[in-house]
Amino acid sequence: MRVLVTGLGTFWGSRLAQELEQRKDVEVIVGVDTTEPVVPLERTEFVRIDSSYSILQRIVHATEVDTILHTHMIVDSTKVTGRSMHEINVIGTMNLLAAAGTPGSPVRKIVVKSSTLVYGSNFQDPYFFREDSTRTRGPQTRIERSLLDSESFVRDFTEDNPHVLVTMLRFSNVLGDDMDTPFAQALRTPVAPEVFGFDPRLQFTHEDDVVNALMYATTHDVPGIYNVAGDGVVTWSEVCRIIGRPRIPLPPVLTNLAAEPLRLGRLFELPPEMLALLRYGRGVDNSRFKRTGFRYNYSTVGAVDAFARSLRLERAVGSSRPAYRYERDAETFFRHSPAVVREHG
Amino acid sequence: MADQRDEQAPSIHLREPDDLDVEAPTLSTDLVPIPAPEPEGDDSELRRGDVDAWGRSERLREIARTVYDPLYRHWFRVEWEGLENVPREGGALMVANHAAAIPSDAPVIMHGIEKELERPVYGLAENLLRALPVVGTLWSRFGGVPAHPENAYRLLHDDQQLVLVFPEGTKGTGKLYRDRYKLNRFGRGGFVEIAMRSGVPVVPIAVVGAEESMPIVWKSPQLAKLLNIPYFPVTANMLMFGPAGLMLYFPAKFKLRVLPPVHFDVPPNQERYSRGRVVDEAEQIREQIQHALYDMLRSRRSVWSG
Repeated sequence: MRVLVTGLGTFWGSRLAQELEQRKDVEVIVGVDTTEPVVPLERTEFVRIDSSYSILQRIVHATEVDTILHTHMIVDSTKVTGRSMHEINVIGTMNLLAAAGTPGSPVRKIVVKSSTLVYGSNFQDPYFFREDSTRTRGPQTRIERSLLDSESFVRDFTEDNPHVLVTMLRFSNVLGDDMDTPFAQALRTPVAPEVFGFDPRLQFTHEDDVVNALMYATTHDVPGIYNVAGDGVVTWSEVCRIIGRPRIPLPPVLTNLAAEPLRLGRLFELPPEMLALLRYGRGVDNSRFKRTGFRYNYSTVGAVDAFARSLRLERAVGSSRPAYRYERDAETFFRHSPAVVREHG
Repeated sequence: MADQRDEQAPSIHLREPDDLDVEAPTLSTDLVPIPAPEPEGDDSELRRGDVDAWGRSERLREIARTVYDPLYRHWFRVEWEGLENVPREGGALMVANHAAAIPSDAPVIMHGIEKELERPVYGLAENLLRALPVVGTLWSRFGGVPAHPENAYRLLHDDQQLVLVFPEGTKGTGKLYRDRYKLNRFGRGGFVEIAMRSGVPVVPIAVVGAEESMPIVWKSPQLAKLLNIPYFPVTANMLMFGPAGLMLYFPAKFKLRVLPPVHFDVPPNQERYSRGRVVDEAEQIREQIQHALYDMLRSRRSVWSG
């Protein structure tokens, strides 16, 4: 298997490259991103490209990758500007698929990391969205719009290229030791935000299960769209109880406006899609992916428990993650210099 | 069986392998498990606290039952007949006529069934309440669920629960007093289709008393439109008690008759059912309830004492 990973500079891209490196049947791992890898990697080749992937077609043909892992989808609108979110999610996906779909392309499998954000969050919603459920109202935020656009490109590609297996995984909100999300950030703060009078049902996926799910889709043939979320649901009040955070209520009207000072004061990130979740929540039906044989390590409540444990450790010793800085010269030296003794030729 | 539905899922799906239900994955079987910490004790549990996957809290339901019971017994003096027609186990869709400006029938039915059968009841409502702070949360904790076909199917088919629905919707509660006990159209028969798909019976319930508990004497379509609500009523209760009339029901005597369950002889989990059959069944159930209502009204001597 020859694999190309997009978003190597992101948490997911790096974690997946690490996992792929463990596998003997993965001959080549090429990672592309605008930024450098955030974890040490043994044999992954890093190529810095611009965010719209314009030279991707050349990379695909030159390396003859047969599998593309498209992890570089922005699902957290607080991390980038609206413009670069559009650039990465929509234009990036479009160019990636164009590169994968050119005549003579060696690509036979594509795994896309999407988000349950595509279902929205509304009071008329079904309590468990299935993969074929439709939204009960149009997209409300930029991030939802950009993800829906990217998903539609993926669907078109699947129709146009019947010889390529396409798996699209829609992940619920993620919690874990290393993952920095608006929910994780809100729970790290001494008080957690809530919208007054609302106590939504939420689902969480542990970060290890996210990596497991993406690896599972890479190593098995499971074409189609799948929801990925830990079993069960948990209310926001219960989450705060487990973590041990009192809740500070935001007004139920003009919530977005009231959240502004908290955002400016860097107290909370509180993007609009999170405010919607704090109001109506969201649940998805995760049975479809499980029927393909995938097994979760954590339920939704289990992911919250694990996060509580990692917060306790963090409180005691600070970040337990070793610092790492990518050094291009050193990496090139270790990979390609004839001076380095390599065991496996 | 749910899988069968999956196979026929509409266009939004990507292309799929012929049979998803095959447990064994096809390409490689030696997935390297990523070392995750051993699930510690309760990691596999599906919920914490007493709020279930539908947002219903048995603890809050219990409190609600305690508070509501005097009203149920002494104000409305509820009497049931045919309770044995409600299944003790397995899913069933209970269907009733709907009345009163602020419907008094839903709490009566839910309270009665939960007391008598000791089974939870989930009430489906296309309810704008859920958008309101506090009220919406309580509505959900007390067993209210948004009336979405997928919710109904999951409750009935997957969870085998008792579900209550009022097919007349707001057309039932928003009707004037002079139209009392005249059943409106039962939607487009969606409830029949859901029962068919879920493979559960429909249990029709005729309710007498709700109409007189908060009758509407006049409606303002303009104000309703302005406030974006289904109807803006002036009730007899308001005329008599002023603003308190919004909360205060007349002590009409409640009588409920549960009719024999209607089973549909069709396979469950079909993508669609014959429209004609669905409409026909819905209409028959409507007529059954209508006849039961007339029958009960014939023997009713007084609105207040039954």
